[in-house]
Amino acid sequence: MRHLLVIAAAIFTVSAHAETPRDFLTRFEKEAGAAASAERGARFFTTKQGGEWSCASCHTDKPTQAGRHAKTDKAITPLAPAANAERFTDAAKVDKWFRRNCNDTLNRVCSAQEKADVMAWLLALR
Amino acid sequence: MKPIIAAPLLVLLTTLALPAHADRYSVPKNAAFEEECASCHMAYPPQMLHADSWRAMMGDLSRHFGSDASIDEKRRVAIADFLVANSGGRKTGNTRDAQGRPLLRITETARFEKKHREISAATWKRASIKSPANCTACHTQAAAGDYDDRSIKIPK
Repeated sequence: MRHLLVIAAAIFTVSAHAETPRDFLTRFEKEAGAAASAERGARFFTTKQGGEWSCASCHTDKPTQAGRHAKTDKAITPLAPAANAERFTDAAKVDKWFRRNCNDTLNRVCSAQEKADVMAWLLALR
Repeated sequence: MKPIIAAPLLVLLTTLALPAHADRYSVPKNAAFEEECASCHMAYPPQMLHADSWRAMMGDLSRHFGSDASIDEKRRVAIADFLVANSGGRKTGNTRDAQGRPLLRITETARFEKKHREISAATWKRASIKSPANCTACHTQAAAGDYDDRSIKIPK
């Protein structure tokens, strides 16, 4: 019985930490206090936002496919969850990459609305 | 063992152990280094830069060659320690620039420049190479730490 409890606790701990891409859409929409727009997300992702690069400069404008780092040429696995199950499953990673990449492409942090829009678009890609 | 046999054997073993001019780097495994650094570029062997260079670089990751490469503090310290512990010391050649600052680019070290003096500016600019920092473009086994002449294939 004690073993079962330990196993149950372990499963609960894992499931409590693992997140799904949809969880991030929900979180960002909640933070923004408004619904996301996939259409707006697509535009944001594929056009320059003040910096030298857009998101698409590395992730391509069809992120179900692999990209390449605009400077180092290193291969980047697809960003869209439909093409890569590992994407958007770890909050620490998601926050780290939004922080860095928004800084590189916008010279500022992204707003919750911008992140929600991008998530909505990425989730809609098949 | 008789001294007459031991002496050449000792020389041989010493030569094998000396990494000074080897074109193969034993790249120590480090999960944090792999995950944080090698997600944007190849995991450059720590031996290619002096400890002072790694300290300077790891001290300012939010402006890392024009990109924000900031990471959490605990990991930053751990990776910096790993790089310094495995750094190349003076073997990299010059370790500081004309202003006395530690060199941050492997491509600016004397060793790199000497080894690549026959490569023309036009070759570096090829779409298949892009930049001197893209080791794997020509050094086909660079990811495994092998920079030997035999594994070089310069793409068109």
